[in-house]
Formats: sequence, structure tokens, C-alpha cells
Amino acid sequence: MLSNSWHTDPGPPSPWSRVALSSAASNSEITEQPHNKGLRWKLSLWRAILSTALGERLVYRGDFALGTLMRFLPIVTQIFLWYAVFDSIEAANGGNIEDIEIRGFRFPDIVAYYLLTMVARAFSSMPSLASGIATEIRNGEIKRYLIQPIDLIGFLLLTRIAHKLAYYAVAILPFALVFFLCRHYFVAGWPPWPVLVAFTVSLVLGFLIGFFLEAAIGMIGFWFLEVSSLLFVFMLFNFFLSGHMFPLTMLPDNIATLVNLLPFKYLAYFPAAVFLGKIPEEDLPMELAIEACWLIFFIVVCRIAYARGVKRYSGYGG
Amino acid sequence: MKTKPESHRPNYWEVFLTFARNSLVRDMTFRTNFVLQCISSIGWTLMNVGFYLIIFQYTQTIGADSGWDRDKFFLFIATTWFINSLVQAFFMPNAEEFSELIRTGGLDFALLKPIDTQFLVSFRRIDWSALSNFLAGFVIAIVALHSLANRPVDPMTPTVLSLLLYIVFIGCGVAIMYSLMICLSATSIWLGRNQTLYNFWFYITNFSRYPMEIYNHGWGKPLYGFFTFVVPVLLVVNVPARLLAKPISPQTWDERLLVCWAVVATFLSVRVSRWVFKRALLSYRSASS
Repeated sequence: MLSNSWHTDPGPPSPWSRVALSSAASNSEITEQPHNKGLRWKLSLWRAILSTALGERLVYRGDFALGTLMRFLPIVTQIFLWYAVFDSIEAANGGNIEDIEIRGFRFPDIVAYYLLTMVARAFSSMPSLASGIATEIRNGEIKRYLIQPIDLIGFLLLTRIAHKLAYYAVAILPFALVFFLCRHYFVAGWPPWPVLVAFTVSLVLGFLIGFFLEAAIGMIGFWFLEVSSLLFVFMLFNFFLSGHMFPLTMLPDNIATLVNLLPFKYLAYFPAAVFLGKIPEEDLPMELAIEACWLIFFIVVCRIAYARGVKRYSGYGG
Repeated sequence: MKTKPESHRPNYWEVFLTFARNSLVRDMTFRTNFVLQCISSIGWTLMNVGFYLIIFQYTQTIGADSGWDRDKFFLFIATTWFINSLVQAFFMPNAEEFSELIRTGGLDFALLKPIDTQFLVSFRRIDWSALSNFLAGFVIAIVALHSLANRPVDPMTPTVLSLLLYIVFIGCGVAIMYSLMICLSATSIWLGRNQTLYNFWFYITNFSRYPMEIYNHGWGKPLYGFFTFVVPVLLVVNVPARLLAKPISPQTWDERLLVCWAVVATFLSVRVSRWVFKRALLSYRSASS
């Protein structure tokens, strides 16, 4: 169905093959369409996409707010688990539970860490982005991006930004509530402003890395028909290696070094660690620069995969 | 269903075996997918085991004086794995399909069949790949039991009685989970869509994953009470795991009461879920075209 090579088929042109796209060619044709020029046109297009996606998302705001609150529930069990761990360390070694540290994390830090990873995940997680791309490739919907003057990745990015904005508009209330209730776990209070700036930058970069990483994985759909199992495996790795499950510093040293070299940590661990001051302030610019390099890497990978995939792809039917 | 003729009683066991066979054939048709699913389940298990091993690098037990040291805690984890894999293999795919049946009106055909509707919608599909987690749980249990029996300090081998009770109470745990799932999916008859319900299921059962003692302090007490007596998910894993991991003979009255309550709770959950399911069916208005 998808990579069936129409180009090599010398048979007579059927009514179907009329619309079959030798996509690379038609793509470059499309970008030269006369109306696809000028910044104003682009801006109005972006605004249209943004406002549609915003409206679409705000329809279910009640469901949203409730769903967001519920998403904190698994953290509750994690908090109790870690309290039990610290409690037994206290009972075994003596001392005050507030002073016990595991790899630089005291009990309140761990709670704050989990809460902050929720914020980081709110930026970096891209529900159904990769699977959406794979589905569109499989059922042929992707060809609308090949014949319309819209770039697939740009369109998806804008839609995602709009969805995220709508999400934050609603989710800020439950988040604020939970953070207010848990404010005493943030022992150090607000970090100094350079750290806050770095935190914000890391969140935005985390969003972009998450987007391009998932989009690149979705592009695998050009090569394989069914990617859901693969996506699940990726999700598992992501969950573990991003630090969503526990602070990455708790890994044994040699594994921690390795995991620190991977880009997954930017999706959850890194922003939280920045906020909690676990990364020395003087290292922050360098760390952010490395993160930016990873972002560029994923943008390039995503673009190459898309360009190559489109070359393989052939669509049939209207 | 009232219209079921008395003389024509279907052989439930045979029907179940047919379902199991069909599902196996279906799973084996997409063999690569099946293998990938097994691998990803095992991956999930390994990640969890890794996480708990990391925790036990820093502490001897989970909770002071709770007795959940590394080996016993891994027996607990194995129990969680047994119960979850059974639920995921037998009930999860059906509950997912059930809401789809309601949305599309396909439930009409289930209602027409001369067999108990709850049985039909609960067992139709079996996800064989989820049983790979059962095997994973088995491996964890064997390793934990071996380590528990051979360690220098406080070694322990469970008695035959506790093993038997363990199996029985795993059954009870599965029954409680099943009841909860039926209740949740029956509500999709009333609500139409149940995306949040699945999250709800996940978030509630999440509480059953750890020893119940850890909730029993401070602001966890209401949670402890609620999930023991109202929605008894804390009993699901805790009761069998305790029976296996802790010696039976010097047992406190509290523990005995808990075991008894688990029996009662299982019975009540099944009854309540049956009632909820029947009530929900009464409100079913087919999705006409």
C-alpha cells in the first residue's frame, strides 16, 4: 500500500495513478506556487493553524483539568514509597529524616523533583505525535501535505504549540494548586533568577527536543507499516532514561555517566535538576549549549528522515 | 438475560476454551508483533526491577520495622506481576473492547447470544502476550525465594499451607481487580466515552503496587482506609504477598482479620460488580444507525 513502487510500474495509467504522487517532484513544485510567498501570508497561515488548534483543545477543558489533577496521583504513591525508604534509613542509622541524603536528594527534594518532572513532562511529552504521523503515512492522509502548500513538520509543530498553550491555560490551575499545597517540600524556596532563566530555557528546549525526537520516530512509519510496538519500547526507555521514574543521579556511577550522555534526560531530569540547583550555576551555559546541539541534531534527523521518506512514499486514490 | 431458554444451557468452560484458542490463533497470525509485545513487557519488568534494586542500594527495608526487606519485597513485586499479568491477559482487552461495543452498538449482538452477557464480554479476547509477564513474575519469585531461603540472617522457606493460601488469595486479588474493571467499564454505558476511566483504572491500581504499611501514617491514613475498605485495591497484592513472605504461625490478630476481610471483600466486590453491570445493561440504548 505505501511503498508500492508506482514509478517502476510501466502499466497503463489507471484513474488511480493520476493522483499518485512522485512526491519529491511535486513537493518542490508546490513550494514554488505563487501564493506561498511573503511573511504576511506565512504569519496569517500560522495564526489560522494556531487558533484552530486552540479552539479544538479548549472544547474539553473540564475533562482536561480533571485529567491533569489525576495525573498527580501516581506521584502520591512514589512519595509514600520514598518516605518509607527514608524512614527506614532513619530507623537503621539514626539521625533526623530531614538530614538524610541519597545522592544529594533529601526527602523533600525527591518530592519536589517528582513535581518538577511533571512540569518538564508537560512541556516535553508529545502524546500521539509519533503514532499520529505513522498512522497518517499508513492510511495515506499524509499526501495532503504533499499537495497543499503546508509543510508537515511545521504544521505539526504549530498545532502542537497551540495544543500545549491551550493545555497550560487550563492546567495551570491544578498545577498551581498542587504546587501550593506542596510548597513546603521546596525547602530552598525560589532559585536565583539566572537559574530560573536556565530552567525556563531548558523547558522550552525540552519541548522542542521532545517534538523533533518523536517526529523523527514517527517518520519510521515510512519504512515500517506497524510501529506501535516500537513506539511502546521507545516510551519505556523514555520513561526510565528521562528520569521520570527516579532522579538519574541515583543510578550506579558508570551507568549514570552513560545515561547523562543521552538526550533523554532533557525531557524530565534536566529541568528539574536545574530548578533544584543540582547543576552548578557555572555549568549551566555549557549544559544548555549541549542541549541546543541535541536539538539541532534532532531537527536535522527529522528533516532528513522526512525528505527520504517522502521519496519512498507513493499515495493512491483521492 | 431473561429470554434465555432453560433447556439450552451453554457449556461455559468449552466456550471459554474456544475463546482462548481463537485468541491464540489471532495472536500467532501476527507473530512478530506478538514477540515484540512480549519483549516490551519484559523490558518494563526489567526497568522496574532495576528501579527497586537501586532503591535497595540505599536502604535495607521499605518502611521502618515493616519487614519488607529486599527478598520479601521482590516476592511482593512478583505477586503484583502475577495478578497484573492475569488481569491484563484475560480482562483488559475485553474491557477495552466493551466500550467500543457500546459506542458502535455491537453490544446488541452480544445481548442476543444465548449466553450470559457478562461472561461473553469479559472473556471473549485473551491477550496471550501479557502472560509473558506472568513468567517474568515467576522468575522474580523463584530468585527471591531462593535468596530468602539461603541468606545467613533470618532465612525463611514458606510452608505448603502458605503456598496454597497464596494461590487462593492471588485468585481473590484477580477477582477484586476484575470487579473493579467491570464496574469502570460498565459506567461507559452511562457516560458514552471512557478515556479518563482507563486513566482512572491505572491510577487506582497504582496504589496496590506497594506494601500497604507505607500509607499508614500522616495524611496517608484516609487513603489507607479508603483503599482497604471502600475500594479494596490494597488487599489485592498485600494479602497474598504477606501470606507467602511472612511466617504464618506467629500471626497477629490484625493480620488474621485482614485475611478474613480479603475473603469478604472479594465476595462483595464480585457481587457489586455483577449488580452494577446488570444495572448498566438496563440503561443500554443501542447505537442505531
